[in-house]
Amino acid sequence: MLPLRLRPFLDPDNQEYWTGGGDGRLHMHHCGDCGWWVHPAAPRCRRCRGANVSPEAVSGRGRVATFTVNHKAWIPGSEPYIIALVELNEQAGLFLTTNLVGIDGDDVILGMEVELVFEIVDGIYYPLFRPRQESP
Amino acid sequence: MTTRIGERLSYISGIGQSVVGRRTGLSEMELTMQSVQAAIADAGLQPDDIDGLSTYPGGGRGTASGGFGGPGPNDVIDALGLSVDWYSGGLDGAAQLQAVVNACMAIATGLSRHVLVYRTVTESSAQGSGGRAGIGSSGMGRGVPGPFQYLVPFGAMSAVDWLAYSAQYHFHHFGLTRESLGQIAMSNRRHAALNPKALLREPMTLDDYLGARMIAEPLCLYDCDLPCDGSTALVVSHTDTASDAAHVPVQIHAVGTAVRGRPSWDQWEDLATFPGRDPAAHLWERADLTPADVDVAQLYDGFSMITVLWLEALGFCPTGGAASFLEGGSRIALDGELPLNTSGGQLSAGRLHGFGLIHEAVLQLRGDGGDRQVGGRPEVAVVANGAGSTVGCMLLTRGLA
Repeated sequence: MLPLRLRPFLDPDNQEYWTGGGDGRLHMHHCGDCGWWVHPAAPRCRRCRGANVSPEAVSGRGRVATFTVNHKAWIPGSEPYIIALVELNEQAGLFLTTNLVGIDGDDVILGMEVELVFEIVDGIYYPLFRPRQESP
Repeated sequence: MTTRIGERLSYISGIGQSVVGRRTGLSEMELTMQSVQAAIADAGLQPDDIDGLSTYPGGGRGTASGGFGGPGPNDVIDALGLSVDWYSGGLDGAAQLQAVVNACMAIATGLSRHVLVYRTVTESSAQGSGGRAGIGSSGMGRGVPGPFQYLVPFGAMSAVDWLAYSAQYHFHHFGLTRESLGQIAMSNRRHAALNPKALLREPMTLDDYLGARMIAEPLCLYDCDLPCDGSTALVVSHTDTASDAAHVPVQIHAVGTAVRGRPSWDQWEDLATFPGRDPAAHLWERADLTPADVDVAQLYDGFSMITVLWLEALGFCPTGGAASFLEGGSRIALDGELPLNTSGGQLSAGRLHGFGLIHEAVLQLRGDGGDRQVGGRPEVAVVANGAGSTVGCMLLTRGLA
């Protein structure tokens, strides 16, 4: 969708988030002591301050908290694309910025249910979201 | 015993500004010398009286690397032949205002008595040579580090995208409209018509506004400020020098610098507000004044939506109340209840990046606003800078309390 995806600078904290999607799931830091999800990935829990945090898979389901249709071609050659802030079902305020795919900007509504779909470029699993499909 | 409000030991004794324009062809140092020499002279001082220096964002961000900053502290100290007991420059803190806050702290600790504070931008020249770098878009050759790694890979490259989040949320939940945002753009333009240094002075109609091309829905071109070249400087002095002041002292009554929620562009917990909520609350905790006492407001308008968020955060209207506050635009006019961005702001006067707003607040409190002077001798001005991970505000008064 975007003609170019800039790469994250990988380090021991964010490695699993960006490269751990081989099992089809997104892995985010989770506190083994108090159960809090920690994003962006950091080596301490921002709620209990404990160090017992490690990547765990999330459901990949959430809702559109807000969004924009970006028209400015920051990346040469890009067409208008949807940037969305998705709040994952795991925890109130567990936000991530992403792109919505499989939907027109005019059809996006705040609160709509979405689900994870990866775009894989050079070993980076970019977490994108599409409208939630009905379960088979 | 109440907490001592140490910033009240400081007042703004002098202001100066370079030529302001697009692709001025002037070096960042020339622009800076124009503003700092004007500010020192305006304060009735000599360069040898200056014993402190403070700037935002420090060195290394000049024209060659995007024009976001001017020469660093060492370069300016050296160029002017200054002898200072303290200096500072940096990007972190309460937005651009941190440079002023640092000056206040140097004065309160006794490190300095007259601090030169400046902010230079050459983003127009840098853009002309293909090099303007937005916040977050530099240094990405080896991959994007820090919080921007969670934004820019998704094409959320600019603060306009991150502010569009807030705008969309306000449109959906609070009835904010493009017409509401247009009132800020149009009001600023009316004020710019009265400011000979403003870059855009021709009238803007609602049709003009609504017809502008989209940048990041619902924000259009006229919701975005205008890169320019220019430098703005202040002299911040200890109040025990005020008997020698060349102008009515403009006292720093209170600053707001707090971070209590998550200091982030996209991890802030409450989408109805923004990180400016914390410095705004902090400001009123330190002030002896209330929002009703404010006579003129200079609220950051890198994007019109930021002004909306500051209006609400500072309590000029309730959260979500900006749509009705801005209706018709009369409240924010020069003769309204809260004259707003009286120079034309960054949207029309040019992106002097926070410091243009400070300069204008001082002019208004001195009564030196010329054709755009707010009537009734304004006594209290509020200045707010920044959004997202970098926010701060300050309250200024005419005369010393």
